[in-house]
Amino acid sequence: MMRNENENPHAPFQPDPKEEQAIDELIAKYPTKRAACLPLLHMCQRRVGWISPEVIDFVAKRLEMSTAEVKGIVTFYTMYHHAPVGKHVIWVCRTLSCELRGAKTIQEHLERRLGCRPGQTSRDGRWTLKKAECLAGCGYAPVVQIDDRYYEELTPAKLDAILDQIEKGEMPPQSETPWRLP
Amino acid sequence: MSKYTPILTRRYTLPQSWTLAVAESAGAYEAARKALNTMTPEAIRAEVKAANLRGRGGAGFPAGVKWSFLAPKPGQQVYLVINADEGEPGTFKDRTIMEKDPHRLIEGCIITMYAIGSHKTFIYVRGELALAIERLEKAIQEAKARNYLGSKPFGTNHPMEIVVHPGAGAYICGEETALLNSLEGKRGEPRLKPPFPAVRGAFDMPTIVNNVETIASVPDIILMGGEAWSRLSLLPPEFNDGGVRLYGVSGHVARPGIYEAPVGITLRELIYELGGGMLHPDRPLKAVIPGGSSTPVIRPDDKVHAPDPKHPLHRWHGKSHLDVPMGVDTMRGIGSMLGTCCAIVMDTSVNMVEVARNLMRFYHHESCGQCTPCREGTGWLVDILNQVAGGRGNKVHLDLLVDVSNNMMGNTICALADGAAMPMLALIQKFRKEFIEAIEKGLTNDHRLDRAIRHALLKEGALA
Repeated sequence: MMRNENENPHAPFQPDPKEEQAIDELIAKYPTKRAACLPLLHMCQRRVGWISPEVIDFVAKRLEMSTAEVKGIVTFYTMYHHAPVGKHVIWVCRTLSCELRGAKTIQEHLERRLGCRPGQTSRDGRWTLKKAECLAGCGYAPVVQIDDRYYEELTPAKLDAILDQIEKGEMPPQSETPWRLP
Repeated sequence: MSKYTPILTRRYTLPQSWTLAVAESAGAYEAARKALNTMTPEAIRAEVKAANLRGRGGAGFPAGVKWSFLAPKPGQQVYLVINADEGEPGTFKDRTIMEKDPHRLIEGCIITMYAIGSHKTFIYVRGELALAIERLEKAIQEAKARNYLGSKPFGTNHPMEIVVHPGAGAYICGEETALLNSLEGKRGEPRLKPPFPAVRGAFDMPTIVNNVETIASVPDIILMGGEAWSRLSLLPPEFNDGGVRLYGVSGHVARPGIYEAPVGITLRELIYELGGGMLHPDRPLKAVIPGGSSTPVIRPDDKVHAPDPKHPLHRWHGKSHLDVPMGVDTMRGIGSMLGTCCAIVMDTSVNMVEVARNLMRFYHHESCGQCTPCREGTGWLVDILNQVAGGRGNKVHLDLLVDVSNNMMGNTICALADGAAMPMLALIQKFRKEFIEAIEKGLTNDHRLDRAIRHALLKEGALA
């Protein structure tokens, strides 16, 4: 998710030789080229921070697809950002199990702390807040996902501690999901 | 229940259980070695059939029977696809297998590929589960380095390869044909069936799509023998529902989580024994969604009605739905579904109209939009429920909710519309009074779903 800040945002997307090799390896895993579309988009988003028009052009050309097809895919799946996002993206799960255990309270807390609503980015550009549908952490609710890590069994206080740590520049590890013996 | 020795989860508690060294020291790959070196593919298929292994992804189709639908034409490659797009609200069991014991899934894939004559597996993991993807990738590399995968796994001439394919956030990709489209690099829109995947699946080739837990059960079926594994189930044998499985419990229970137990424990045991009972002693059980959000809700005062001695559920006649052993056919018999066996438990603080609103919003968000009844119907349901919640309810709304739901069922390519309509209808049927009351008075902040625990959360927190 880390964006390279020195990059010209409008330059055509160009992978470096190492990335080129990774893309070749990716395509070789599948019987057709276009099957690599989802993982390739993930790879590009990790570098650029979002799926820019340049990324769409690049993926379409590389996988011999039309840009319309790639765009159709980008807009179908929720994990691809169609617009630039903050440095970190927070997804708050709002589906039933989390909701029963306080997801709305968690979301309200985040709205206050970050000063933005779901779908928006905080003023300092550091955080984008999003609502998520079921993240498959129902037994460890409430759950938020920050970038690609899950944080479970949260309270506003626990979440604050996690956000404080990230603001200091360290990403707390995803804690091992609890395993309770019967 | 306390005497139960875990099978599927027996390696979960070992430190670093996801590494090959630890998993193998605790028995991983013994079954694969046995299967590939001493058994024929036919013999393996026979064991799985005898195990009465019902698919663990929600539909409960017997895995052994599914495998028997394969009839590849000469020159056709057979694919095994693992559905790890866990996303049914309330369900979080497959994640634990991939995160805590990925080698169990890989071993299951190896045995299954050999049994069905496949050389390649795609594990379609939902994109959000980064830790699961990381551990699976690592485990595959480890297995490859040991020659458990590759050109000569366990010395046989049956090359095998496993590819982990990340999804990108779409509930519908858990539907097997949508998953195949997504795997092929398309939008995850379900396909018309037939042709079924076993005839024409991934990349137009014959394909078997199985859930993570289904395939993770295969190694122990091989070690133990199909019949012995089947007998672990507490259900009478005529239900053909064998073995052990992962149960999930979430919501208002004291110890939410995933627990392993034999097939056929009751909802009461799941909630009050495994789940540790209700979260708060003053707030008893009001409703439980037994197996993921698409399964119709159950009330504790619902009773089994099967007076006919020939009825398969007759022996439970007059008992509470909570005391019927959970199996694919028993749950269907009481008008609900077993689904993924992950229950969402709700206490008396919960307003059922809000529950409906939460779930319908989910289905509306996740409808792929191909079929009009689903795309429009889910939107209508959300719209009506929002009107009701906002105090603009009208007497006709109750019938309209039922009417829209009825017109969604069975009129679409895949089962998402049914998955939304069934719980909607059950909620209205079982909590009609609450809907009428909401239509008359609307809903307020007092009805929000986290009402009962909000205070405790805030006390600890810093919501200024």
